[in-house]
Amino acid sequence: MQPSGIRAFFDLVLGMKDVISLGVGEPDFVTPWQIREAGIYSLEQGFTSYTSNKGLYKLRLGLHRYLKNKFGLDYCPDEEILITVGVSEGLDLVLRAIINPGDKVLVPVPSYVSYGPVTELAGGTPVYIDTSKDGFKITPELLKKHIDKKVKAIVLNYPTNPTGVSYRRKELEEINKVLLKHKILCISDEVYGDLTYDFGHTAFPSLPGAKKNTVYFNGFSKSFAMTGWRVGFACGPKEIIAAMTKIHQYTIMCVPITSQMAAAEALASGKRSVEQMKREYDRRRQLMTTELNSLGLKCFRPQGAFYIFPSIKCTGLSSMDFSRKLLEEEKVAVVPGTAFGSCCEGYIRISYASSLENLKEALSRIKRFLQKRTPRA
Amino acid sequence: MDEILEILEKDGRASIEDIAKMIRKKPDEVKKSIRKYEKEGAILKYKAVINKDLIKDSESEVRALIEVNIVPQKDLGFDKIAERIYSFPEVTSCYLISGTYDLLVVVEGRNLHTVSNFVAEKLSCMENVRGTATHFLLKKYKEDGVILKHKSDENKRIAISY
Repeated sequence: MQPSGIRAFFDLVLGMKDVISLGVGEPDFVTPWQIREAGIYSLEQGFTSYTSNKGLYKLRLGLHRYLKNKFGLDYCPDEEILITVGVSEGLDLVLRAIINPGDKVLVPVPSYVSYGPVTELAGGTPVYIDTSKDGFKITPELLKKHIDKKVKAIVLNYPTNPTGVSYRRKELEEINKVLLKHKILCISDEVYGDLTYDFGHTAFPSLPGAKKNTVYFNGFSKSFAMTGWRVGFACGPKEIIAAMTKIHQYTIMCVPITSQMAAAEALASGKRSVEQMKREYDRRRQLMTTELNSLGLKCFRPQGAFYIFPSIKCTGLSSMDFSRKLLEEEKVAVVPGTAFGSCCEGYIRISYASSLENLKEALSRIKRFLQKRTPRA
Repeated sequence: MDEILEILEKDGRASIEDIAKMIRKKPDEVKKSIRKYEKEGAILKYKAVINKDLIKDSESEVRALIEVNIVPQKDLGFDKIAERIYSFPEVTSCYLISGTYDLLVVVEGRNLHTVSNFVAEKLSCMENVRGTATHFLLKKYKEDGVILKHKSDENKRIAISY
């Protein structure tokens, strides 16, 4: 299901020592202490049992309040919220719950790697929409071109991994109109939502008429630096959440209680930490955009997440060759753009979830790497 | 707080060029702001945070936290007497605090003896000082937001992931 060269490249990175990696898809921060402490305390108190399938009530109630305050969204903690093992599990659940054999699911690419394969595993057919000619954004026109009667849903992800692209409310409203008109369910992965820099993040279900047509996904991994705890959540119409819960209860049972307790604490007291981390990412974002452009690796200024997606076309190398040579010659790891869709030949994904010191060292190595390839006139 | 200050508070060595890139301003503007802060005294000083436990050749240092009870002076309150105390070079920090005591004074000396001499001969006998309680520091865990433990280089994240 995955281009085999990429697996081999990953193995090469993992087998090498002293690499500066800009290829990591998770925060470089450790989970804020008060959240870790809550997890430890829950263990000391003996919270080692199962929870309800849907997840701890106090966590669902916390999420209900959080979404209400932040986006004015009113999800019932009893019927419309499900705690999942990260967003990954939630996406698998929703696709398995809604897809009938032969159904199509639209996947704008470049995209996070799982959307297509999970659609296939659920018996559906992913329809990839190439956004590379439209600034890596899905537009109503592009969307309309790919709609037919078999299309059941679309997987949106913004801010987007791997490009860092995000959308303003107006743009989302236009997309929403098309989806409502053609009765296409919106599966919205907004796990990077808290890391939006230039404008406020709009939750898709907060758009006019969108709530009953959207399953909203978010998690604690990126905003609270809690990737390893594996806690995400899905919010949506109660029929879909009920179907997802059915699969979840037979396959997963419930998310580990320690992680859920820690997540509840994150909601209660983590806001300040999220803000601090966001400010730090923002500074790195500005630095990286300026520096990469001045090195000749053209890229737009990303609006969210912690990725930047420069073009390496000026080198004449393929994404894979560039990544492999950069690793071998300068010990800097990046992810070839082609990992996120075949339309991304000529691009690489750089993650700035790394210390400023590392980023600066990596930039100077990339500079040396590029200088070797551009003979002076 | 201004982002420039926030960056410098974390890393006093951050260069003007890097700060400018991080906050998308011109280097000249950043330079001007920093000069202004320095002139106004908002930025007082740049220094390294040193973990003295790791410096083998340094003479051992003793540190004490001293709670000082003083009689405030008419019109001047605590400030005048505080000034007389914090002007001693042995005093590294001095705070006015609420509670049972008035001043918390941090004193550093070469050994126990020098610190107790300072308390006995300089501090306690000042007029307006009603009493002192000296606490010698046994171990430092964290100072000014820095945990005094050598960080391991171990990278806990896997080197590449989606």
